[in-house]
Amino acid sequence: MSLPIAPKPNLRRFHEARWDEPIIFELDAPGERGVLPSRAEADLAPIGETLPDGLRRTTAPALPEIGQMRVLKHFLRLSQETLGADMNVDVGQGTCTMKYSPKVNDALIRTTDLTDLHPLQDEASVQGILEIIWHTERMLATIAGMDRVSLQTSGGSAAIWTNISMIRAYHHAAGEGDRRDEVITTIFSHPSNAATAKAAGYRVITLYPDADGYPDLEAFKKALSPRTAALMITNPEDTGIYNRRIAEFVELAHSVGALAAYDQANANGILGITRAREAGFDACHFNLHKTFSTPHGGGGPGSGANGVSEKLAPFLPGPVVERDGDRFYLDGERPLSIGKVAPFYGAVPNIVRAYAWMRSLGAEGLREAAELAVLNNNYLMKRILEIPGASAPYATGRRRIEQVRYSWQDLYEETGITSEEIGVRASDFGVHYWTSHHPFVVPQPFTLEPTESYSKAELDEYADVLAHVATEARETPEVVRTAPHNQTVHHIHHDDLDDPERWAPSWRAYRRKYFADAGD
Amino acid sequence: MAEPFVHPYLPNSAPFVKAAMLAETGAESVEDFYADVPSELRVDGLLELPAALPAEQDLVAHVTGLLEGNRPVPAGRSFLGCGTYRHFVPAVVDEVINRSEFLTSYAGEPYEDHGKFQALFEYQSLMAELLNMDVVNVPTYDGYQAAATALSMAARMTGRRRIVVASDVHPDKISRVRDFVEPALELVVVATVNGTADLAAVIEQLDDDTAALWIETPSFFGALETSLPGLAEAAHRSGTVVVAGTDPIALGAIIPPADQGADIVCGDIQSLGLHQWFGGAHGGFIAVHDDPRFVMELPSRLFGLAATDVDGEYGFGDVAYERTSFAVREEGKEWVGTAAALWGVAAAVYLSLMGPAGMAEIGETILARTDYAIRSLTGIDGIDLVDTAPHFREFVVDLEGTGLSAEQVIERLRGAGIEPGVEIGTHRLLVCVTEQNTKSDIDLLAAQLGGLREEMGA
Repeated sequence: MSLPIAPKPNLRRFHEARWDEPIIFELDAPGERGVLPSRAEADLAPIGETLPDGLRRTTAPALPEIGQMRVLKHFLRLSQETLGADMNVDVGQGTCTMKYSPKVNDALIRTTDLTDLHPLQDEASVQGILEIIWHTERMLATIAGMDRVSLQTSGGSAAIWTNISMIRAYHHAAGEGDRRDEVITTIFSHPSNAATAKAAGYRVITLYPDADGYPDLEAFKKALSPRTAALMITNPEDTGIYNRRIAEFVELAHSVGALAAYDQANANGILGITRAREAGFDACHFNLHKTFSTPHGGGGPGSGANGVSEKLAPFLPGPVVERDGDRFYLDGERPLSIGKVAPFYGAVPNIVRAYAWMRSLGAEGLREAAELAVLNNNYLMKRILEIPGASAPYATGRRRIEQVRYSWQDLYEETGITSEEIGVRASDFGVHYWTSHHPFVVPQPFTLEPTESYSKAELDEYADVLAHVATEARETPEVVRTAPHNQTVHHIHHDDLDDPERWAPSWRAYRRKYFADAGD
Repeated sequence: MAEPFVHPYLPNSAPFVKAAMLAETGAESVEDFYADVPSELRVDGLLELPAALPAEQDLVAHVTGLLEGNRPVPAGRSFLGCGTYRHFVPAVVDEVINRSEFLTSYAGEPYEDHGKFQALFEYQSLMAELLNMDVVNVPTYDGYQAAATALSMAARMTGRRRIVVASDVHPDKISRVRDFVEPALELVVVATVNGTADLAAVIEQLDDDTAALWIETPSFFGALETSLPGLAEAAHRSGTVVVAGTDPIALGAIIPPADQGADIVCGDIQSLGLHQWFGGAHGGFIAVHDDPRFVMELPSRLFGLAATDVDGEYGFGDVAYERTSFAVREEGKEWVGTAAALWGVAAAVYLSLMGPAGMAEIGETILARTDYAIRSLTGIDGIDLVDTAPHFREFVVDLEGTGLSAEQVIERLRGAGIEPGVEIGTHRLLVCVTEQNTKSDIDLLAAQLGGLREEMGA
């Protein structure tokens, strides 16, 4: 007897939600209300009597008027047209891949004991959150091997900025601020290392890889001088190759009086394995939204943790949380501090989530998470390198840590299909895929990082999708070129986005440029 | 034999799976993968961390226990502002931003994350209407960063290095701005008179090396700037960019700074649908007119509308991506990275719910209750307002006439379950009134303060 239901095909028959939802302004129904705010009591003076005439808004903002349920439905439909990590095998954003953000941590923070706290209310009434911040700082200090940690920033790049700002203050305090005007970084470190250093006033020197994929040591030696303020470097770099000579790099930086900052935004592969301390770093940072499981919110809020050695501790942004017996308090009296880098004490919801994540795993669990992130990566690498046309440049035959920057160069030469086109087609199977930061040092790049969160079966699914698309590139390239086919929208025309005459960064700009009847 | 370590967050910790994967990779153990890490850099044994709580129930009991060490103040009883504000958050806002799809999304492209792009495009567009400017960035970290970036934009555009500060600015914000712009730029602070800009003194400071004139309205003390048009006119005469910081919650009732000559408007969106979170939920906006000289200086992402292959279908993409550090590293404008996108979605939902009437009403409610609070408190013998400016949401009272210090007042009122404001001087209290402080809440605050005053007088 034949099966009543045939077995599933190898690949998922995915189609993302397509609600064809209008822009919110098109839902305008004059007179409808979405929510009613509290109104002033009748016996209070109307603002006509209290506000100078010139300060009143006389033309109402052209916001849409929409009933509550329609507003809700609009944004829920948009959410369904968004592929969060909870939905897909989200291993395609190497260097910044999302791991599982446990639901229990979201449940824990949704309490008025957290949402309704004001940062300046009585210290005695916020002991719980101060204790969590204090413990989170110390646990991260242990993981990094550093002396102090600050959790003030709400993003990884902001944490990188904070490191270079502290280093700048350190050199100024030593009377060398004017002389040291250069920062050295590597092309396989996140672009924010270069960009924050530039924003802090430094000339940026970027090291390229040697033939084995390591940052070029000879070039580094040549670049070092009494003008060097800092080395800002990632390890393992975006290639997933661990730089065995990292301690030597740091020592060389120190030998000319420069400091060394370690970009550990992504420490997925090395938690409990190796630390910034032993490699000699003066500063490091973690992204709690990358390594410590907090969700990414479509691009923030994240949370940055700055770890520093004793040398830089006086320069940390303030205030810091201190402990006196059972009491936790905020200390803002620190004369060498670089001051504020953000309002108050950091991205609190994410700090609590990261605390809960670390507590759930403990020391053994953190190391297991790192080891599995690395096992998953090497397993996925094996699967990817079995696909004809895919390669992993540099360090051929060697293991990688938590991620790999691959190349479709061979496939591109054979078929003319680019890495970007492969990514768009991959989305038809319900997965996210990314190429690389710019510039593309690795040709036709793609960067995969599985973290510890995804099962073997899910990694197989991801590899199967790429294998399938590579086959399509050879056999039915038009299918790839005209992708997406199973997405919310079809192929997007990007030409207008770079032309000031035609770009439309808001609905009103679009209306003004393209509709004769629009305008004030 | 010890039980193997298997954790719910680590699917491949299951021994059978792990062994199969190791075999596939040809590795003896995970140690093979770490061959490149020198032994002297290896952690010896396990890190010294608190014991694990792998059972979810135990974790919940522990973390909940810690959080119960917090005691939030009932809404109407808190008069604390000073950068983080207790505005009411409609339920629909939390419903949307807690959706898994938005919460756990990240770097999706305009196809698989179409909804995220549309929601943030709508955020930009709704803010654009409120601010009466065409271009608003995808949120940066917070209002402090927004101000620091706005001023830096002005410096890059003009090639000048002085910033004239005409308003009372939150000291933490000034601290952040200094960290960001110094030593390349110089901040010249002109003292205010009666809470607002000293027009003549400011004009005297404007010269051909002045990149930006920085005005905050409302100011740190809640004062609304009354001479913005005159200040802007003078600034423009010297080729200076006018940067205005504001709080968008006010702008349904109060004239937007762009209508009075501001070139770059910036601030924080925490007021628009975000809880207080102990000061840990902020997002920054930067708004400019649709002028490429300004737009090309924005560091943040900017989402724009685009056509697709199908008629009537909206696509999205990055506007002028080549200005960002994602595209050109240190040659980009400052940097771009993970910042505050989800809070932008919250603000979009908030503004969609409020509409023009809601924004006008909330502005009017806050203005009316602020005015009532000022009258009630200054009606008490010995309590005086420190300036004569019009106020939105916040104001400063001087308590010296009561013989009480701000610290004493705060301590005594806390005893009565009220947070009366933030101490900003021995006898000075910064009081904040939002739509959540009703007339009767204000009456209670005034009665308590009056009672204290009488005790002192007796």
